[in-house]
Amino acid sequence: MSDDSARKDTPEQAEFRAYCRDWLQGNTPGEPPVRLPQTPLEIMTEEQLSYLQAWQKAAYDAGLIGCDYPQAVGGGGRKDCQRVANEEMLAARTPFLPNVIGLGMAAPTVFYHARDEVKAELLPRLFSGEDIWCQGFSEPGAGSDLASVQTFAEPRGDKWVINGHKVWTSLAHFAEWMIILLRTDKSHKYDGLSYFVVPIRAALGKGVTVRPLIKITGETGFNEVIFDNLEVDDRYRLDELGKGWQVAMTTLLHERGAGELQGPRSGGMKNRSSHNITTSAVIDLARNTRRGAGTAADDVLLRDKLMRQLIREEGLKQNQRRSRVQALLDHPMRLPLQNKLLASEIAQSIAALAVEVEGMASSLYMGDSNAPAGGQWPLSYMNSYGMTIAAGTSEVQRNILGERVLGLPKSK
Amino acid sequence: MTQPKNYGFGEEAALLKESARKFFREHFTTDKLHALVASDPTPGRAPQCQWDETLWSQLVELGWTMLAVPEEAGGVGMPVAAVAGLVEEVGRAAFPCPLLGTLNATYALVACKQPGATALADIASGAAATLALTNRHGAWDPAATEVEFRDGALHGTAWFVQDALKCDKLLVCASTAAGHGLFWVDAATAGVTVQADGIVDLTRDQAHITFDGAQGLEVSGNALAVLHEAMPAIWTLLAADMVGAGEWQLHTTVEYVSTRKQFDRPLGFFQAIKHPLVEVMVLIDEAKSLVYNAACACDSEPEKAAQYAHMAKASASDMAAYASSRSVQSHGGIGFTWECYVHLYFKRQKHSQVLWGDAAWHRARLADIVIGSAA
Repeated sequence: MSDDSARKDTPEQAEFRAYCRDWLQGNTPGEPPVRLPQTPLEIMTEEQLSYLQAWQKAAYDAGLIGCDYPQAVGGGGRKDCQRVANEEMLAARTPFLPNVIGLGMAAPTVFYHARDEVKAELLPRLFSGEDIWCQGFSEPGAGSDLASVQTFAEPRGDKWVINGHKVWTSLAHFAEWMIILLRTDKSHKYDGLSYFVVPIRAALGKGVTVRPLIKITGETGFNEVIFDNLEVDDRYRLDELGKGWQVAMTTLLHERGAGELQGPRSGGMKNRSSHNITTSAVIDLARNTRRGAGTAADDVLLRDKLMRQLIREEGLKQNQRRSRVQALLDHPMRLPLQNKLLASEIAQSIAALAVEVEGMASSLYMGDSNAPAGGQWPLSYMNSYGMTIAAGTSEVQRNILGERVLGLPKSK
Repeated sequence: MTQPKNYGFGEEAALLKESARKFFREHFTTDKLHALVASDPTPGRAPQCQWDETLWSQLVELGWTMLAVPEEAGGVGMPVAAVAGLVEEVGRAAFPCPLLGTLNATYALVACKQPGATALADIASGAAATLALTNRHGAWDPAATEVEFRDGALHGTAWFVQDALKCDKLLVCASTAAGHGLFWVDAATAGVTVQADGIVDLTRDQAHITFDGAQGLEVSGNALAVLHEAMPAIWTLLAADMVGAGEWQLHTTVEYVSTRKQFDRPLGFFQAIKHPLVEVMVLIDEAKSLVYNAACACDSEPEKAAQYAHMAKASASDMAAYASSRSVQSHGGIGFTWECYVHLYFKRQKHSQVLWGDAAWHRARLADIVIGSAA
């Protein structure tokens, strides 16, 4: 893949790519000392975190993270080079970056909407991974209907006092900072929202309580966060009062990969616990799973199901390819807006099929020495519901597609 | 070999597709289609072949039937990706014509190499043709043909021949003493009897054709290898037709549910209507992306062409089933009537779904390639 992309590099990108490749050759970490989770959102222990933070810090110090941000805010001051660094880090099979919400969502939002001195204060430690960030959007009463958040910020002098309750807050138990959508006016649904960054770790036990929520897998990783008279300086407000919804759109745009700034991404490292959620992995599983006299890969019904998955997977890949061929597109958002829906639903159905292929052995979970693949497939299947629910449920995605692409009347 | 990133779908291909769309918008609206093919709803009526021959001859003059014929045989030599763009527009219009059959015959004749040249020249000069290789059980394996070449002539019956009544020429697969051959046969020659089938689809005709000592030009003595090479393009183009028809079904249904009101709201407000139509769109896009991938493979990655074409046709068949089902259901009572146009596409799609192998058949072939034959 990276050689294919290299052919279209600008001179700056080509030079930077060579530099990244060279640096990664000597600095890609070896086998981790701990079992790593499948994604950054399931980091459970300090050992896991500090291993991953050390990797992020090294990559940042080498200039592979935040490349496209100005140097004044701790970036590399390059043009369209993060993509290059990402391709090279993935090709080098590095560990993933732990500060995933910080890099992908908080950084662009802070960059586009915070005051200059706040950017300079916060972004370098965000890029280096020394400060982990989390996102405070959802609440018990505000899920798919995000604009109904009730957590309230009340002005007091040049400070704000925050009271309320955020949920599904991944990484909050490690986070120094939170991006947060707050209500500052109860009489207007959308225009009554404002957007802040708040230091939560410094306030633990003094206005902030973080409690882990345990997922259906038994893993932790996300939390509920309770605010009880937390005081925040006004300089940590992003953009104007009442503009919170517009700022939140910057966050969501970047979360769905459709924003201006490409988020840093690394990964691909092979370790005991990681496995790819692909049809070809399930075909391999089927070949190695006994069924009667042969294997699951000989079963006519399973073969049909495997091919259904392979076709959907290839279809998504080809959608992404076709989205760059102007003459084969009708509505410009028609393919991009399907991405999240399809990626999450295809991953879910692949994991479901793997569990089906395993048969009775799929009853064996992580920790059982007889579990095939260490019990990863039942884990992946259960975790896949996080993907079809988070960042706009599949149902919300279908509303968006129906309304924005097909032009059907709005449901709200 | 590797594929170009844009499927090789360049400026010429885009212009061709756009001009085809414009042509049908101007000359062949769905009103016209309905008036042309749906005048007699009576079940069990005599088989009919209703089409606009004047419009067809304009298309021939525009050169559409010789697009896939190589330049050295007097054609245009356009890539399969570009031809797929055109066929998508033919499907969107559900235009009754022998274009697909002629293209199918073209790809088979190209695979015949030099012996196919005379026949290709016929196509380049405007002849319409179709493949005749299926047996009475609808087997898509050409080795199962019921036509036999013996004593210097063809004997037996070819079934499920597409748009046969509109064609001048037949490309017939027959068993021979040495294996299987392909024969280029004049549809009007002595010993050929074309018997029209009574079919559901109003936008095509179909026939079974009996050969009783008919003469033909042998263009290949190795029909199975030739057809093996040609089938990926044939499956891909049918899938392209289905994608175009699917787009018509989607847009027509979206338009209807945006205007029809019940419970004081347009039907499309309700998620029970909205979400299934989004699913139709998602399935169309999957099939469409897979069609251009398969077409591009036919042009520049032939070793992968069969694999990708199986994906495209399987995807298109499932899409067509769902798009057809939702188009009728979402139209409610009016969608169940002859006067509403959705049945024309519903029937065309049902026909296309099974033609040249249904979804399960293509997935089974795909599994043989990807996983290997089952033990």
